Amino acid sequence: MTSAFLRIFDRYREQILRRTGPRGRVLLIAGVVLCLISSVLPWGVSGVGYTNPLGGNLQSVGIGGPRLYVLLLTLVACVGLTSVDGRRRSSLAASLGNLIISVYILRGLVHEGGGTGAVGVGAWVALVGSLVLFLGADTLPVTPRNVLPRLSAVADIALIFVVIGVGLAALVVGLDIEDDKQFVAFAIFVVALVVAANGLGVAAAFTSAFDRYRYIGYAVAAAAAFAFPFTQHGNAQWMAVFARVGVFAAAAIGLNVVVGLAGLLDLGYIAFFGIGGYVSALLSNAVFTTVHVHLPFLLVIPLGAAVAAFFGVLVGAPTLRLRGDYLAIVTLGFGEIFRIVAINWTGLTKGPNGIAGIPDLKLPGGFDFGKPHTVFGQLLPFQSNYYFLDIFLIAGVMVFFARVNDSRIGRAWVAIREDELAARAMGINTVALKLLAFGIGATLAGTAGTINVHIGEAIEPNAYQFIFSALLLSAVVLGGMGTVAGPILGAALLYAIPEKLRFVQDYRLFLFGLALILLMRFRPEGLIVSRRRQREFHEGGSGADAMSQPGQVAPV
Amino acid sequence: MTAQPVASSMPVLRAEGVSKRFGGLLAVNNVDFAVNESEIVGLIGPNGAGKTTFFNCLTGMVVPTTGRITYRDTEIFGPASGLRKTLSGRDVQAHTPDQITKFGLARTFQNIRLFPNMTVLENVLVGRHCRTREGVLSAVGRGPRFHRTEREVRERAAELLQFVGLRRDEDELARSLPYGDQRRLEIARALATDPGLLLLDEPTAGMNPSETRATMDLVKKIRDLGLAVIVIEHDMKFIFNLCDRVAVLVQGAKLIEGTPAEVQADPRVVEAYLGTTAGDEGSS
Repeated sequence: MTSAFLRIFDRYREQILRRTGPRGRVLLIAGVVLCLISSVLPWGVSGVGYTNPLGGNLQSVGIGGPRLYVLLLTLVACVGLTSVDGRRRSSLAASLGNLIISVYILRGLVHEGGGTGAVGVGAWVALVGSLVLFLGADTLPVTPRNVLPRLSAVADIALIFVVIGVGLAALVVGLDIEDDKQFVAFAIFVVALVVAANGLGVAAAFTSAFDRYRYIGYAVAAAAAFAFPFTQHGNAQWMAVFARVGVFAAAAIGLNVVVGLAGLLDLGYIAFFGIGGYVSALLSNAVFTTVHVHLPFLLVIPLGAAVAAFFGVLVGAPTLRLRGDYLAIVTLGFGEIFRIVAINWTGLTKGPNGIAGIPDLKLPGGFDFGKPHTVFGQLLPFQSNYYFLDIFLIAGVMVFFARVNDSRIGRAWVAIREDELAARAMGINTVALKLLAFGIGATLAGTAGTINVHIGEAIEPNAYQFIFSALLLSAVVLGGMGTVAGPILGAALLYAIPEKLRFVQDYRLFLFGLALILLMRFRPEGLIVSRRRQREFHEGGSGADAMSQPGQVAPV
Repeated sequence: MTAQPVASSMPVLRAEGVSKRFGGLLAVNNVDFAVNESEIVGLIGPNGAGKTTFFNCLTGMVVPTTGRITYRDTEIFGPASGLRKTLSGRDVQAHTPDQITKFGLARTFQNIRLFPNMTVLENVLVGRHCRTREGVLSAVGRGPRFHRTEREVRERAAELLQFVGLRRDEDELARSLPYGDQRRLEIARALATDPGLLLLDEPTAGMNPSETRATMDLVKKIRDLGLAVIVIEHDMKFIFNLCDRVAVLVQGAKLIEGTPAEVQADPRVVEAYLGTTAGDEGSS
């Protein structure tokens, strides 16, 4: 009975699992046609009390705003009609993007227009079309990701330029969108496009191109980072946000040493950031300082870092001897102790009022961080100065991270993370090395903290709550543990998106929790993947599998 | 090392009266044990006889209750090095496992403990950790010394992988190696610490006969390099064909020690494994 069933199942398994056939092609083509038509039809109804619904004029015939996204994603979904590897993933992502955008816009139209009467024919066609497209894409067979052929050095370098350039352009365009709803539609579009491109092998090709021409890659990335302020036309709003993002990113890379390399869970990391901040605030002759000392900033940075490092060692030395989760609990406690001390030691910290009026930085050459400067005929707001300082800080921290990671110390950290007992048996002084990682993390956080308070010109204890430790940790996990670029991306996303979408701030923790759960389900290695973690999560444990790969031929 | 007129008068490792008590259980009971230069010594005994605990005493993973352990001229454990009191009043061993590895004792584990998500080569590189000194500043500065050390370390690791026959798998993840290769990698990793004494805890557990034979050849090759080896094993054929000397542990105490022939001939060994023939006399 059972065996008969299994035999029947076996016969049809191929079709059940792959669901191939002409039906899928028909659905795909129908979906593409419907979506393309919808992108030129009016999505709103004129005359209904719904003015300027989503920034663009949705009531007339034409392409713009969300309709442009639907058009482009539909063109991407056409890859499902070809025989390219990864077509399922790409067309699914594109059609799902279409579906979410059309549902989102429909909901907006209904909501703001006071009923379905405000919905134009285009929106309905888009909804049906993207649903059909999605069903069609779902019939495609599961294939591995596409591997783009490596053409030439020029093509590799061009790819580096294009990807980083498109990234910068997407950032600039996205920040320019004023309306929340339109920005959400744009964000969905970008995510769908990135997932689709990833399925087609663009990400893998970019990674390998970047690996080959690392210095060119870093130079292009740095150029893009330096170019960003010039895209803001003197507008200070986003420069202020990204000056903050920069220091958080630098701190996140420090946390990545602790969490990503040595595998220590530090839940009170923001305290070290705060210690650096208070040292800097107290020694910079702020208006409300309690210590009337003004040291040059180049001296305050190492001092803040050293004090943070001292406390890092103080907390770490007794706890790092213990294994497992004790460290997490102790650091969690330390973070709170720091905040509560800062609130109550009013003689030094001015308590909950904090220390305000922290002066802007001045370099010995007379360069004043508090003044806007004109560069290449563009007036850059003073926040850009801090942003540029961040770039140098991040560059330094990145070099530090990458070099230490690829050394005896970095290997020992990873070994401790993998199996602490075996690491000890191999002659690694695990306590000393864990303390080193912890101390380095605290030092980097302290350094970033010293700069942070000058950007905000004030410091107060509530800026160092537990949630910010959790956010930094999320930035590391989301971006990619053990990578150099991951924490930067993670910090940028986690700090810039709530600034962009004010409504997100109310649901901040909920949305980050949701994002992390989805990430753990679909991409546990993080957005940016270190080669080690890529293999950790996506390489089978069977020896035969590993053997069949083209092995490296030993030169001997 | 001081030159000794007779090599055997100065054992590589000497354990005297080593005991380890876990609460009411005397896991290791007053064991005397010595290993000479270039000697392979087997350690056998029924399950729960205290073999692995004894290993853990030697390598500092557990602190013996009493006794004295010396490796060459260094006292690993004993009155001279003794115990160190922690702040909470707990006794800890003066020498930690990593220091003991640095003295020259390296071990493998009964249940393989590789660094599963590191590559084969990286596993061996980690073994070189205690023989190099490059710190954070050197790693960041990347001076000529850093590159020289890194090159030397990699060359040595490649040599060792060649030695155990895993050279062509050096870029695989350790966990994706077949079982037998994982055991060999663990040996290569231990050898990377430049030990004078290698402690193998059941190196052929779960291996098929041909893998077991290969392991036997490997251990002999290691001995020929001038290392002393202690092997815990349940495979008697393996032990009696390989070892120069065999010690039998029963209920924590050393029952007998001698050449394989002597041990094989001793009726007490059979009795220890299979129990007495006449009646069920409870031994206490």
